Amino acid sequence: MTKYDDLIEYLLRVGDSAVVKGQRLCEWCGNAPALEEEMALMNVGLDLIGQARNWLDYAAELIDDGRDADQLAYCRDERAYRNLLLVEQPNGDFAVTMAKQFFYDAWQYHMLQGLVESSDERVAAIAAKALKEVTYHLRRSSEWVQRLGDGTEESHQRMVAGVEEVWRFTCELTVGDEVEQRLAEAGVIPAPEAIAEAWKATVSEVLTAATLTVPEEARSFYLNGRNGVHSEHLGILLAEMQFLQRAYPNATW
Amino acid sequence: MQPGKGTGSSERTDMAPQGGLIGSDLGAREGTQDDVQRAWTVLMDVMDPEVPVVSVVDLGIVRDVSWHNGHLHAVVTPTYSGCPATEFIEQTIEEALVNAGFDNPVLKQRLNPAWTTDWITEKGREQLRAFGIAPPVGSASKRSLLSGEDQVNCPHCGSEHTERVSEFGSTACKALYRCNDCLEPFDYFKCI
Ligand SMILES: [Zn+2]
Repeated sequence: MTKYDDLIEYLLRVGDSAVVKGQRLCEWCGNAPALEEEMALMNVGLDLIGQARNWLDYAAELIDDGRDADQLAYCRDERAYRNLLLVEQPNGDFAVTMAKQFFYDAWQYHMLQGLVESSDERVAAIAAKALKEVTYHLRRSSEWVQRLGDGTEESHQRMVAGVEEVWRFTCELTVGDEVEQRLAEAGVIPAPEAIAEAWKATVSEVLTAATLTVPEEARSFYLNGRNGVHSEHLGILLAEMQFLQRAYPNATW
Repeated sequence: MQPGKGTGSSERTDMAPQGGLIGSDLGAREGTQDDVQRAWTVLMDVMDPEVPVVSVVDLGIVRDVSWHNGHLHAVVTPTYSGCPATEFIEQTIEEALVNAGFDNPVLKQRLNPAWTTDWITEKGREQLRAFGIAPPVGSASKRSLLSGEDQVNCPHCGSEHTERVSEFGSTACKALYRCNDCLEPFDYFKCI
């Protein structure tokens, strides 16, 4: 995998995570448990695709090799994607989807709050915009986790299983690597430890309110989304998402 | 910035096209405050595609209009990152300016400060209500993460007995509500 400057690497991580999360949410189109829920999931997905575009536009400008945000999204291979492992996991049932969404929203929320103060003006501007949207997302996913966790016996069991299913992939939300450490020292992004602490506090608060047990902190394992080492699910997701541009390069509509 | 209150900041003048005076409109002269004012008036008639009764000015999408290097510059801010109407709105604004005689107007997108419903004018709020959309309640800058939604009144009958059906409505900027008195569903323009 090509290694870029720290800022570009980071923009790709944040942007790719939003693309993949948005694409996963789109899979609920036509399948959501209720019409209102479907509209909500699609709207969250749309927000994320918009945010991804803002991040990837900036990344493309800095990479400066003639590719634009669309080409970064539609023409990069799985190994060149820097998204979090969490967001590429299959949707599962609604509880799994909400567990994933909640862990991701909480991470975005705390990260963006720090990025608003970034020494990089463009990063701060994109973050300020996204933060307003993500605040809504987090409120909604927190409510769902609580409603299901503190609901019926069946919904509680499903929520327990949902958290269990994706918990190990949260390791990437609480551990920064050297790229992030350097950017934090330069004031471009918040300290990874600070995001981790805030994330853990929010997760613990919401899971407790949902009568769920907070699992022991997830530990890193052999996969590493930020460095392009993904689970088997990302390739399949990209194959579907990228098909049109791969089959008919530069097609527009 | 509101219409008629000066020409405002110089938005990235280094990026302005080499228009020069000959390429500019209005008989190759520099624009004046009157031209800027005229542009605002033109934009008052450009409606938002999702809410066709409220202009892009009243929605607070147009942030600044000024004159640089022989061309009119308009600064536009998107409502939501993923708003599919953003490009369409920018195109419509450009067309309206060209049709009004402004030669090659320059449109800039500005993300910071992020758009907020606080920028919707009083007139815009009235128009939303008349269209059947409850305008945003309260101030976006004064809300916290898990605070409940404010009291939203039914735009049809004015009743306070309403309930939220869905946090998201037909577009990202709206939530879906229902009136328990007149029983009509309605959109609420979310406060962000
Ligand atoms: Zn009513």
